[in-house]
Amino acid sequence: MAKCVLIVAEFRGGNFRRVSSEGASEGKRIADALGATLCAVAVGSGVADKAAELGRYGVKTVYVADDPALESYLAEAYVPFAADAVTQCDPAAVILPASVDGKDLGARLSAALGAALAQDCTQITCDGGKIKAKRPVFAGKCFAWCEWAEGALPVISCRPNVMDCLLPSEGDQAEVVKLSLPVPALRSRVKGIDLDTSGKVELTEAEIIVSGGRGMKGPENYAMLEELAKILGAAVGASRAAVDSGWRPHSDQVGQTGKVVNPNLYIAAGISGAIQHLAGMGSSKFIVAINKDGEAPIFSKADFGVVEDLFNFIPAFTEEVRKLKATCS
Amino acid sequence: MNVVVLLKQTPDTESVIRIAGDGKSIATDDLKWIINPYDEFAVEAALRLKEKHGGTVTIVSWGPQRVVESVRTALAMGADTGVLIDDPALEGADSLSIAKALAAAVKELSADVVVCGSRAVDYDLGQRGAMVAEFLGWPHLALAVSMESDGSHVVIERPIEGGKVTLEADLPALVTMGGSHAVWNPRYASLPGIMKAKKKPLATKKLADLGLDPAECSAQAAKMQVTSFEMPPQRAAGRIIEGEDTAAKARELVRALHEEAKVM
Ligand SMILES: Cc1cc2nc3c(=O)[nH]c(=O)nc-3n(C[C@H](O)[C@H](O)[C@H](O)COP(=O)(O)OP(=O)(O)OC[C@H]3O[C@@H](n4cnc5c(N)ncnc54)[C@H](O)[C@@H]3O)c2cc1C
Ligand SMILES: Nc1ncnc2c1ncn2[C@@H]1O[C@H](COP(=O)(O)O)[C@@H](O)[C@H]1O
Repeated sequence: MAKCVLIVAEFRGGNFRRVSSEGASEGKRIADALGATLCAVAVGSGVADKAAELGRYGVKTVYVADDPALESYLAEAYVPFAADAVTQCDPAAVILPASVDGKDLGARLSAALGAALAQDCTQITCDGGKIKAKRPVFAGKCFAWCEWAEGALPVISCRPNVMDCLLPSEGDQAEVVKLSLPVPALRSRVKGIDLDTSGKVELTEAEIIVSGGRGMKGPENYAMLEELAKILGAAVGASRAAVDSGWRPHSDQVGQTGKVVNPNLYIAAGISGAIQHLAGMGSSKFIVAINKDGEAPIFSKADFGVVEDLFNFIPAFTEEVRKLKATCS
Repeated sequence: MNVVVLLKQTPDTESVIRIAGDGKSIATDDLKWIINPYDEFAVEAALRLKEKHGGTVTIVSWGPQRVVESVRTALAMGADTGVLIDDPALEGADSLSIAKALAAAVKELSADVVVCGSRAVDYDLGQRGAMVAEFLGWPHLALAVSMESDGSHVVIERPIEGGKVTLEADLPALVTMGGSHAVWNPRYASLPGIMKAKKKPLATKKLADLGLDPAECSAQAAKMQVTSFEMPPQRAAGRIIEGEDTAAKARELVRALHEEAKVM
């Protein structure tokens, strides 16, 4: 019978990332359904001191690998520790965040364990001890339900911003167990880290995204979206047309060959709504389209549509948002 | 330098996806096929390595005979040879088995670098690159938006949430491609390239040719299966915000987002 569910907690820059709380919450739900305990593995530098904190999410035991050489994620360095934790606790399922590093770790870990991975899942169910996971395929045009063979270990990564986060129960501490494995000899290394310190909100984690397409007409006009984004605490995205034109960095591209985002609110300005763009933002909780062409396909996906010239509308909208924020705070 | 590209053929990104009658697969009869965009970036990146260091670029793909067309396209872009793994035993196989087959094919090619996509835009499995690296026992670097090599190392830039890291691996190594068209700007096949591609070697292999036991890689050996597909929920019809003038529409939109949607 199942003993535990193991989550991989992501630790960066001295803290657990938000995706780790989401993973822990989901892990706890599955563990409860299985009548199992919740364990975690955390790899990083300085993580041992913080690991007990995961107890707030119901984690009983955290396996940690703490070494300055593990400061930054490297598949070759992290995977042996995650695999070791799996050996130690023999879980009924492994749950990771489908973050940039989590997806990579999950894939290599699965191969190392000979386990099957369902990447980027949006739902996990557990009926009568049987785990199933649902994941978008064909860029969200369809969903696939995955099931594991008898005796196979499910490895599941969870799409950020989708699953419910449990309220932490303050004070609960997890037991911390150090993994005794040495840091393996590595044939890959981190040469540099360049973190954006401008306070920009990360697209894949943003609750609100303001996105601009070819209708923005030029790079200088994005200042308008940046301003709106700042008031909303939003991230700024772009269509491929804007990125291909060199107006915005490729890291801002939303879509099938860009980022897949799941904000509460996605505001598309001057974006026509090509199928490849919809692939990246179609599952946003609310979609607003601002387009001067009332026939633009984006309107068929939008909860609220505004048929206007964005150069008139965005400043007026920004003004109204500012007023709302002033009365709310 | 010998570079191997793992290439998957995927449906065109414009495709309408329909669930097949069995509920467990996707109808493929009316699909148009393309090279997975990320694998096209991989071909481009591989050709740039070859241009700098000499050597060869080999395309390795698993799939049915229709995939020949995509492999030929990559050969027309400038790759030298192709290997198509086409074995009915792999029908219904899981990612682990496919990755094993791809790794076995790579092993025969004395590759210095393997480049592949970070994900295939069909099932978005996002895993086979790292799996192949693990089966080869090589380091791998994922989600490259740039790739350089001095002949004994490979260096990439990898975007992470809120920044970018620069990573290096000793060769042989595997790299998966991130970025987008703007980053890699994959070349088109030229007309002479297309002519030449017709004569380039393209071998078809079975699992046994790669030293693998078909039973170990078959659907029966799969540890995971897709048991059903479902369509996403239809979005309720939206509303066009009306108002006398721009300011009135702006006011109404803010009200709706605040009071109805409660997202502001
Ligand atoms: C393999 C492949 C992958 C792709 N991947 C992606 C991807 O990841 N992401 C992506 O976005 N696209 C992707 N595309 C491209 C996609 O097909 C479209 O070309 C692209 O999304 C169009 O961008 P756009 O909507 O900004 O531009 P357009 O389609 O040109 O639309 C511009 C819109 O702005 C409106 N407009 C113009 N001026 C104004 C104004 N003053 N006020 C209000 N509205 C105005 C117009 O009415 C129009 O609707 C991909 C394509 C392929 C083939
Ligand atoms: N059938 C295949 N043949 C060759 N390479 C593949 C195949 N499937 C996946 N790959 C490679 O693995 C990458 C990731 O694919 P996936 O894990 O399916 O999302 C792809 O971009 C390809 O480079």
